[in-house]
Amino acid sequence: MVERANVVFVDGARSPFARAGSLYSQTRADDLIVKVMRELLRRNPHLPPEKIDDVAIAAATQTGDQGMNIGRSAALLAGLPNTVPGYSIDRWCAGAMTAVTTLSSAIMAGAYDIALAGGVEHMTHHPMGEGMDPNPRYLSERIVDPEAMLMGKTAENLHDRFPHITKDRADAFALGSQEKTAKAYANGVIQLDLVPIAARNAELGSILVSADEAPRPGTTLEGLAALKTPFRPHGRVTAGNASGLSDGATAALLANEKVADELGLNKKMRMIGFAFAGVEPEVMGVGPVPSTEKALARTGLSIDDIDLFEINEAFAVQVLALLDHFGIADDDERVNPMGGAIAVGHPLASSGIRLMTNLARDFTMNPTAKYGITTMCIGLGMGGTVIWENISGSNA
Amino acid sequence: MSETNPTAVAENPDEVVTQARVRYFPMPLGAGTMALITLDNGHDHTRPSTFGPGGLASINEALDEIAARTDVAAVGVTGKPFVFAVGADLSATSLVNDPAIISAFGKFGHDVMRRFGEFSIPTFAFVNGAAMGGGLELALHCDFRSVSADAAALSLPEVFLGLIPGWGGAWLLPNLVGPKRALEVIISNSMSQNKQLTPQRAVELEIMDVIFAPSDFLEQSVLWAAQVLQGIVAVERAPIDRDSWDAVVDAARGQVDARVHGATRAPYIALDLVQAAKTNSRSEGFDAEDAALTELVMSDPLRASLYSFDLVQKRAKRPVGVPDKSLARPVNKVGIVGAGLMASQLALLFARQLMVPVVMTDLDQERVAKGVAYAHTELDTLHTKGRISDDKRNRLKALITGTTDKSLFSDADFVIEAVFEQLDVKKVVFAQLEEVVRPDCILATNTSSLSVAEMAADLAHPERVVGFHFFNPVALMPLLEIARAEKTDDPCLATAFAVGKGLKKSCVLVADRPAFVVNRLLNRFLGEIISCVDEGASFADADAAVHAMGLPMDPFVLVQMVGPAVAQHVAQTLNGHFPDRFHASEKMGKLVAAGLPGIWLWDEAGNKTVDPRVLEIFGDAPSTMSPDQIRDRALTAITQEARIMLDEGVVAEAQDLDLCMILGAGWPFWLGGITPYLDRGGYSDPRFLAQGIASVPA
Repeated sequence: MVERANVVFVDGARSPFARAGSLYSQTRADDLIVKVMRELLRRNPHLPPEKIDDVAIAAATQTGDQGMNIGRSAALLAGLPNTVPGYSIDRWCAGAMTAVTTLSSAIMAGAYDIALAGGVEHMTHHPMGEGMDPNPRYLSERIVDPEAMLMGKTAENLHDRFPHITKDRADAFALGSQEKTAKAYANGVIQLDLVPIAARNAELGSILVSADEAPRPGTTLEGLAALKTPFRPHGRVTAGNASGLSDGATAALLANEKVADELGLNKKMRMIGFAFAGVEPEVMGVGPVPSTEKALARTGLSIDDIDLFEINEAFAVQVLALLDHFGIADDDERVNPMGGAIAVGHPLASSGIRLMTNLARDFTMNPTAKYGITTMCIGLGMGGTVIWENISGSNA
Repeated sequence: MSETNPTAVAENPDEVVTQARVRYFPMPLGAGTMALITLDNGHDHTRPSTFGPGGLASINEALDEIAARTDVAAVGVTGKPFVFAVGADLSATSLVNDPAIISAFGKFGHDVMRRFGEFSIPTFAFVNGAAMGGGLELALHCDFRSVSADAAALSLPEVFLGLIPGWGGAWLLPNLVGPKRALEVIISNSMSQNKQLTPQRAVELEIMDVIFAPSDFLEQSVLWAAQVLQGIVAVERAPIDRDSWDAVVDAARGQVDARVHGATRAPYIALDLVQAAKTNSRSEGFDAEDAALTELVMSDPLRASLYSFDLVQKRAKRPVGVPDKSLARPVNKVGIVGAGLMASQLALLFARQLMVPVVMTDLDQERVAKGVAYAHTELDTLHTKGRISDDKRNRLKALITGTTDKSLFSDADFVIEAVFEQLDVKKVVFAQLEEVVRPDCILATNTSSLSVAEMAADLAHPERVVGFHFFNPVALMPLLEIARAEKTDDPCLATAFAVGKGLKKSCVLVADRPAFVVNRLLNRFLGEIISCVDEGASFADADAAVHAMGLPMDPFVLVQMVGPAVAQHVAQTLNGHFPDRFHASEKMGKLVAAGLPGIWLWDEAGNKTVDPRVLEIFGDAPSTMSPDQIRDRALTAITQEARIMLDEGVVAEAQDLDLCMILGAGWPFWLGGITPYLDRGGYSDPRFLAQGIASVPA
């Protein structure tokens, strides 16, 4: 019987995220991911670029500066040898996560030793749904409720499904995300995985961006409470308890654990398992529930085994839905210890690797933690979950 | 903090102002806040950023803003995509006739830029793209410099244009890297057709401190700046040897002399400035630059240089009087008749630039094989030098073939003949071709002195015949004289210009008159000089006669290079056309008959003496004419010829004559080609060009 190879997360990095329409407006999406890839490789000098077996980069809207087979294009632009191939992935919000699971599958199958995964979304250049052309059958056969196309409305739907998830709880969680992000910045933790980006602006001049643009450290409950609910009159979902439109890029290095050892590469986490699952698109936020249950079942782990969670905060309600399902408290300190998307933003396809990079950092700071989960909800009704094991202590 | 208070100069309303915009951000490694100035004129790279009064004022304001803050740890300056800055805005210069304006502009630039070198906090230039002239000077004023690996142009081209680095370069560069390296840039590169430094060479010379890849140039540059500020990285530059300074400048002066014989002031003034930079203070050096600049800008040679530069940049790329390019027919297969050296060079040029099949033919298979072999060998050489890849070499070799079977020309779109320079030979060639090629196939002739119309006279379709005259060596010389014969139709002419453009040549429309432009003017000029020698002038004085002009080659050295037989043949041909003005020297005829290679003999040390066998033919009598007198004769003659040519309509305007002499004969910028020099010297009446076009306005 062939032994299945283990996949390790060698390292991850990301650009600071900018608010859409702001700092990165005159920066190309491919330039963003290229700069992150180059810095990631610089930080891992024992990894010879020519040994990368494949590059998979995700974007939700694969056109323009996010198109042209962005995986291959970015690899060439980043200066990787032209012998390194590349491809592109789309699973909307979970693009980068799927790039990681797909490349990892190839590593586990013994086809690859080393791979580079990434995600980029420039929501200024490519607003959500750019070029979208829904099939009329969605409506005529009621396959999907029209509300499913608007993420904010699906979040309101989630509040309907789970009335005990109130606006107050959502706002409180949002405040927590802002506070945890501010604290992580103050402690110099987030900066460790950021790649400074030089952003041009023809009118204002060029600037070096070294921090996420979106966080609002001065957030208060009162302030959040006063915000409008744009998706439904007297609703619960606001700009404050949801992630904002963003521009950003992420990248990660994956390897067969044996090869990592041979090359002397850092090993931060080991992949234990993953799963994706579908749910009704009009309550897409609940996606992480079945995907997490599935991943746990497959790996034989229970929720009690999980020491750390990185849950994407597309909407506070959707995080809380997952926590409620598993009986985890809203302010459980195992959940998003460095803050999350509500504070820093959610450039769609890229977020999956941000979660993983965060988890790897969480693991480093919590050596006794053994298992962690990265999980996210996905537009058109899906959830994705990856389970990781902490091996950050095993490096020389 | 600098004490200078830059005095702004009057703005030019037409200036495309390069704005200096400042932004502040924290640097990595806790190195503090950087104030980054971005230079941007609001256009893309096709309109690079220059500095006029408005641009300098903008930089000044940016520095004022930064100086007023107390929280800034370092200043950075960078450009827009692909361009850092390419120098002073010279667009209004041709209109200036007041030295005070030049002087004030020079001083303003100095006073603003020197602030970068005298600031209270360290300054960094992040040279992200092309940096020429004043743009490079700005970077030199800064304490530290990074350069992007794709910076397409790095130079101080002022001497090339007839100026000197006037915003600090002549003092800063030698004091940064020593006089030898400085002169490589200021003199040697400038005078080698404005050769640019590669980014790698700039780092080697320590003109730039470090080089980064373009993909994340600014990020890496700011990180490097932080490392320098934090003492993590030390920028080391070689110490400057002041003891050898004088000797270095002297040696360079000798090289300039050998090249231009004092015909142009700019390099000599630049040398003086670099010499003085050894002991001048910064302010003394800058003042000296202001004075030099003012003197040069108020001089006719500089105006002629700017006029020349403009011709080469603009008119060369948009030939006048050409039919619309929509009339051009596609050229997918080329034929070349003749397989001598010229024909082989043409085959190579056509194949490399047009990437279409090129078929060579000649009298017999042996000649054909030799011609094709020459082209193929050249391709192998290019491949060995790494200039073309394996695949490219294979492709080009397959494109160049040879045959004695003229039927293979039946589907050619363009055939050029480069056979023996005799009318009946060429007529036979064209007649034979016409039997084989399509009626609309272009028949081009590389003749330098025969009549295109006569070559076409007996053809059934003369309208597709055109003159297509290259210069030697074909790969290097940019000029292509395209001659319209009496019956040449618009589509033929349009196709010829399209092919010329595809070959990356600068094409000038000329009439079907003997020797077109360059050879006619050159031969009138040289012919007059040869006549002087026939009349008793010495060869040494004859060659020295052109030194005051700074021509690329002495007359009799040129004759030797071309070959006396060829030169005499052309002289005879022109004598046949214009017996009153063009003479074929009998003595030169005897020299050719004797099979002598030329006038001069060189010894191992490079000294030249007249070949005694030549003296036997020409006589050894003492010289009767001075170089000045000889030059005067030659200039009077060329003036007359140029006037006649314009009257004949050989070209549309004097500008075309000048463009041809610059690109075809390599005549230098400070002559303006030729007509500005003739105007300047009072040879022309009336002037060829109005005052102010290539001269200081009244």
